[in-house]
Amino acid sequence: MSFKNKIELVNEARELLYKYLPVKDELKPKDRMTIPLQEMPSQDPIVRRSNLEEVALGYTEEQARLEAMRCLQCKNKPCIAGCPVAIDIPLFIQHIVNCDYQSAIDIIKKTNLLPSICGRVCPQEVQCQLPCTLGKSLKDVDKSVSIGRLERFVADWERNTGKVSIPEVKPETGKKVAIVGSGPAGLVVAADVRREGHDVTIFEAFHKLGGVTRYGIPEFRLPNYVIDQEIDTLQKMGVKIVTNYVVGRTRQLLDLMNKDGFSAIFIGTGAGLPMFMGIEGESLVGVFSANEYLTRANLMRAYERGVADTPIYKSKQVAVLGGGNVAMDAARMAVRLGAENVYVVYRRTEVEMPARKEEVAHAKEEGIEFHFLQNAKKIIGDETGKVKAMECLRYQLGEPDDSGRRRPVVIPNSEFIMEVDTIIVAIGNNSNPLISQTTPELKVNKWGNIIVDENQKTSIERIYAGGDIVLGAATVILAMGEGRRAAVSINELLKNEKE
Amino acid sequence: MAKVLFKKQLSKDVFLMRLEAPLIAEERKAGQFIILQTNEDIGERIPLTIADADQKEGSITIIFQVVGKTTYDLSQFNKGDIVPTLVGPLGKPTHIEKYGSVVGVGGGIGIAPLHPIAQAMKEAGNYLILIIGARTKELLILEDEMTRLADEIIICTDDGSYGRKALVTEPLKEICERDKKPDLAITIGPPVMMKYCAETTRPFGIHTLVSLNTIMVDGTGMCGGCRVNVDGKAKFVCVDGPEFDGHKVDFDNMIARLNSYKELEAESHRCRLEEEIKIRGGR
Ligand SMILES: Cc1cc2nc3c(=O)[nH]c(=O)nc-3n(C[C@H](O)[C@H](O)[C@H](O)COP(=O)(O)OP(=O)(O)OC[C@H]3O[C@@H](n4cnc5c(N)ncnc54)[C@H](O)[C@@H]3O)c2cc1C
Ligand SMILES: Cc1cc2nc3c(=O)[nH]c(=O)nc-3n(C[C@H](O)[C@H](O)[C@H](O)COP(=O)(O)OP(=O)(O)OC[C@H]3O[C@@H](n4cnc5c(N)ncnc54)[C@H](O)[C@@H]3O)c2cc1C
Ligand code: SF4
Ligand code: SF4
Ligand code: FES
Repeated sequence: MSFKNKIELVNEARELLYKYLPVKDELKPKDRMTIPLQEMPSQDPIVRRSNLEEVALGYTEEQARLEAMRCLQCKNKPCIAGCPVAIDIPLFIQHIVNCDYQSAIDIIKKTNLLPSICGRVCPQEVQCQLPCTLGKSLKDVDKSVSIGRLERFVADWERNTGKVSIPEVKPETGKKVAIVGSGPAGLVVAADVRREGHDVTIFEAFHKLGGVTRYGIPEFRLPNYVIDQEIDTLQKMGVKIVTNYVVGRTRQLLDLMNKDGFSAIFIGTGAGLPMFMGIEGESLVGVFSANEYLTRANLMRAYERGVADTPIYKSKQVAVLGGGNVAMDAARMAVRLGAENVYVVYRRTEVEMPARKEEVAHAKEEGIEFHFLQNAKKIIGDETGKVKAMECLRYQLGEPDDSGRRRPVVIPNSEFIMEVDTIIVAIGNNSNPLISQTTPELKVNKWGNIIVDENQKTSIERIYAGGDIVLGAATVILAMGEGRRAAVSINELLKNEKE
Repeated sequence: MAKVLFKKQLSKDVFLMRLEAPLIAEERKAGQFIILQTNEDIGERIPLTIADADQKEGSITIIFQVVGKTTYDLSQFNKGDIVPTLVGPLGKPTHIEKYGSVVGVGGGIGIAPLHPIAQAMKEAGNYLILIIGARTKELLILEDEMTRLADEIIICTDDGSYGRKALVTEPLKEICERDKKPDLAITIGPPVMMKYCAETTRPFGIHTLVSLNTIMVDGTGMCGGCRVNVDGKAKFVCVDGPEFDGHKVDFDNMIARLNSYKELEAESHRCRLEEEIKIRGGR
């Protein structure tokens, strides 16, 4: 892949922009289709292998406006249906063409409270950008309008120009609402419920806020200052925050209502309990869940060796098992921690990989090797109990399964050995068990996910839930969408109650 | 955040602290632990057992041995200082009931976590036999408290500097051989000690609980760092434990995993700590 640096990209964009600007209101769809897709400037792959700074640098103004001009402003707006929170995409994009970034961000924020996060981490190619008419016309979903990048552009513009406005809060109602967990779902509920004037407290088990966006997704993909900004806004709105507080342990869930006087609760505790393969050797020293590896590196700052107290394993040859965003993050973190070779081992092929395309592309640029149609069979240790190799099997694709993806089928006698000293397992999570363990009245399904109705209400009156604890491991935007729905229900519940 | 209300040095490397934590004091049960950090930004999260609690004062007691960076930093906190991160109570409480006779074995710093369990077992009406041991006299803690609780107490040191010169497994074996053998054994101490205690009780068929001190990060069942093999299955100590059936735990693997970061820890802390403390592994 040829890497273009930011200056080249910007110069190209500037030239083109001057060509199109004078005629911007007369552009025909076929003219728009000829405007080249604007690549996202990024840090040089060689340089970024050894730093934790953000890889994708964000569009410059020239690029954003040019990219915005690619939008065909379709009458039927198919892109909106692809966005889980139904942002009015063509409208905000048109404002970018016209340089009216304030109006653009206002439109986005009507439905999406965390645009600078979603613009960075949404899997756009399977959401808003999938049904995009432009991509369809060009017969390549990768050539759709870069909606996510544009969203990020205006969100960053708002932050960088100090224009972030604090949403208005209605007069105090005196009614207390507890939010359990400070991931995207919890943060959104906090904002929406606080706006109605209720007294909102977020309880978070960790010492820092943000959930997976803080401890899972690395700095190089979603910098902490982006999350800090969102939390700062909440605090300015008067949301109370209590860290180091494990609901279900520090306080029983129901006691929040019975003893502490909360009128409603939202549970957004996210996914937990990492899954392992259940193969021989998985408890050897050097086998980690991606959650542990990333939490050590991100939240506990083990990336900063010598500064942080929390240690992280020193690895030379790393195999990451899995093909999702979590696997990409773990692999790319391993590179940054100094591993010489990092292999992503995935049972299917690149087409089936659930990771965002951009992350896969970035991972490749950073020298990560992909081993498709392979999987671990057993892990082999040395005499001290440390990983020294992994026995793998080769696969081929067979018939499609229920999800429509072709099922990987093992090729008999295809065993081979891969020499590695570290194995990071990134094959998914079960649900967080703490609250359901200690609150038997709360109904969960067989995977431990909390069961809710269409209003996000759980089996217990006044208690709502949303995000990964309901959906299983999902996405930021879906967690947010559920949070917004729960907030509507909570506000409705409290509005109808005059004390 | 928790204020240090009281601090006392129990032996050369062992400290007792009472921390202000009214909510934890109210909810905690025997067998549970807390996680703390000495620095919220760069500190490690370390688990320590709640050795005692005082609901009136709104405090919990921790007893810890200085083995590395964080426990050393903590030992430098004084009355009035603030521990920035304190979270708990974590883990499943010990199942307390009247079993009949219960033998508790505490080794070294393991005597501290044994204390609240012994207390609860006594309150539940059990006949309580306690065996406490340490490498040497200076390292023996909570002798008075444990003596007060026990119906019978046996004290031993590895070097014979106090009490009986023996490893704790010796008196344990004798107690198992009695006509009326104990109904339950609980053993807490270094993993090697727990392993051999479990081997001692196994032939007698005495149900034996061990409290595992694996490496932890979050303590809420998210990272999997604390996993151990119990009966061939991966269990998470922070949410499934910390107590398990000692006859089913794969101790060798647990010990190897505890040493995962030994070289790294040594490398990064030795320079600063070497003169100040003698680094000891295990608890
Ligand atoms: C490494 C990684 C990469 C990812 N990449 C992407 C991506 O690129 N794009 C995307 O859309 N999604 C991605 N995801 C998924 C996305 O992050 C999650 O779907 C989303 O964060 C879920 O939000 P949530 O609010 O439900 O829970 P979480 O973000 O999991 O937050 C839950 C919070 O609750 C706290 N908590 C748990 N139990 C308790 C308790 N008992 N008491 C108090 N607090 C508690 C937790 O400490 C945590 O802070 C990724 C996930 C991971 C792990
Ligand atoms: C549920 C639970 C309850 C515990 N209760 C107590 C208690 O009441 N009192 C007490 O003193 N200790 C207790 N521990 C052990 C305590 O957590 C460790 O001693 C502590 O984490 C060491 O931190 P450090 O930064 O000082 O040492 P580090 O610098 O992290 O390590 C120093 C040395 O100790 C070893 N080590 C690291 N973690 C552990 C561990 N979890 N257990 C044993 N050795 C370890 C390392 O391999 C290294 O050699 C408990 C552990 C668990 C899991
Ligand atoms: S929120 Fe996500 S899906 Fe919706 S428009 Fe933005 S990037 Fe696309
Ligand atoms: S579908 Fe694509 S081209 Fe059409 S309005 Fe939406 S973003 Fe623009
Ligand atoms: S400490 Fe992370 S799962 Fe137990």
